[in-house]
Amino acid sequence: MGVLSFRDVWVEYGDKIILERLSLEVAEGSFVSIVGPSGAGKSTFLRLALGQEAPSRGRIFLDGEPLRAEPGPDRGVVFQRYSVFPHMTVLKNVMFGVQCARDGRAARTESIAMLERVGLGHNLDAYPAALSGGMQQRLALAQALITHPRILLLDEPLGALDPGVRLDMHELITELWREHGLTILMVTHDIKEAFKLGTRVIAIDKRRRDPQAPDRYGSTAVYDFPLDKPNAAGRQAVEAMMAPVE
Amino acid sequence: MPRLMNIRPRGGGRILLGLVPILALLLLYAVASQARHTLNPNDKILPTFAAMAAQVNIMALHPDPQTGQIALVADTAASLRRMGIGIGLAAITTLVLGLGIGLLPLVRAGLGPLVAAIAVIPPIAVLPILFIVFGLGETSKIVLIFVGLTPFMVRDLSAHVAAIPEEQLVKAQTLGASTWVVAVRVALPQALPRLIESLRFSLGPAWVFLISAEAIASDVGLGYRIFLVRRYLAMDVIIPYVVWISLLAVALDWALATLSRGLFPWAHPKRLR
Ligand SMILES: Nc1ncnc2c1ncn2[C@@H]1O[C@H](COP(=O)(O)OP(=O)(O)O)[C@@H](O)[C@H]1O
Ligand SMILES: [Mg+2]
Repeated sequence: MGVLSFRDVWVEYGDKIILERLSLEVAEGSFVSIVGPSGAGKSTFLRLALGQEAPSRGRIFLDGEPLRAEPGPDRGVVFQRYSVFPHMTVLKNVMFGVQCARDGRAARTESIAMLERVGLGHNLDAYPAALSGGMQQRLALAQALITHPRILLLDEPLGALDPGVRLDMHELITELWREHGLTILMVTHDIKEAFKLGTRVIAIDKRRRDPQAPDRYGSTAVYDFPLDKPNAAGRQAVEAMMAPVE
Repeated sequence: MPRLMNIRPRGGGRILLGLVPILALLLLYAVASQARHTLNPNDKILPTFAAMAAQVNIMALHPDPQTGQIALVADTAASLRRMGIGIGLAAITTLVLGLGIGLLPLVRAGLGPLVAAIAVIPPIAVLPILFIVFGLGETSKIVLIFVGLTPFMVRDLSAHVAAIPEEQLVKAQTLGASTWVVAVRVALPQALPRLIESLRFSLGPAWVFLISAEAIASDVGLGYRIFLVRRYLAMDVIIPYVVWISLLAVALDWALATLSRGLFPWAHPKRLR
């Protein structure tokens, strides 16, 4: 059994079915890339894992325990935007998590070390608005990792960044994943990125469509590739799936 | 020749351009006042600058023989005290209610409709009620400012807090923050600069409420004075008082703006880079 398991999970808003019959196990230490067309329900899936939202049917387990529908410090998160606090300096943003967990005496040294690790050692007293997009996401990563979450949830974290900056971030994310022994679930629009970073790629899409009633069927995991060895066939299949939508 | 819309005045030219209408208005007044005084040396409607200066001298520098107080100083102190207490109470109440309604769905469901209903009542219309309930003393004037400002400011601030991106609130929770910590360390600091901005917008109405209440029932205050001397057509007192009130309003607004820039540099991003 994995660290995170979804058992026959459904998400419905009224008549609108977003996710249906979603069942999967996430192994400890894996890096799961999640792809799928816009509006397929990728962010909804991450919201379930966060506990920001509860499934309308089915069950979710974290370490074998039913997941409480509330975010908690065992699951860190980085969104595409708005992940950091605009009113705190870089250092205060990272110290926040340590101060919430316990008294903050060691917070400062620990936070500075983490910021140096992500390359923000020279920007401790800057406000986020003064940072570039890439630096803001580095800050968001440092902020999420300072509390040592077991699972890191990333919702298109690099979606707003320039290609060159993305490559640097790929390296950083991979290194942090290894150093912290994290389990990562990352939603991305970029299939190349999904296959490059992931140890497993899951594609979320509708399996059936009703042209008269597009909300009648929900999305589920239509492809699920382990990437223990290069998987060119898998990548072609996912690219084919995304092609008509993009 | 560039288009009209692309001609931008710069430096000294810009200041000069701003002074022209002000000086023109002053000149127009001087000419009109002169014209009236040649017809009737006792004209009261458009007093000369010299007459106004003489009145300012009496009101601002010489104690009143009956009360022993300098009128302008006593009036200013009384009005600013009422204003200060009124907007102070409004600000504190707004902060508590605005954070509660903006952040907590439970409080929003409970108080949102009530605040929305109260906000549509014209405050001046409840002034008689305030006089009946709180008497004609200081309390009713302070309460009028409070009642006039608070509902609008609560609505503004709660909307601002509710618009804090969900991502930030979720992020804080994943970092282990309790509701209290989110309120105090995430929502409150982001609410404060907005509260100051909202106060700046409310200063105009606040002066209206203050002067109205002072005009109706008072024995000291800027509004009291101008409505008192109105009986004697004492424009030579009223006009300097109006100018003084305007200067106070500008100074108060400037003080709030400066306070916000000093305390919350992150809320004024143009200065960050
Ligand atoms: N609260 C909600 N009520 C109704 N529909 C919603 C709600 N939240 C999301 N949706 C719908 O769910 C679908 C999936 O959204 P999302 O998970 O954000 O997609 P993705 O991240 O894959 O682009 C979208 O069609 C969206 O409109
Ligand atoms: Mg999304």
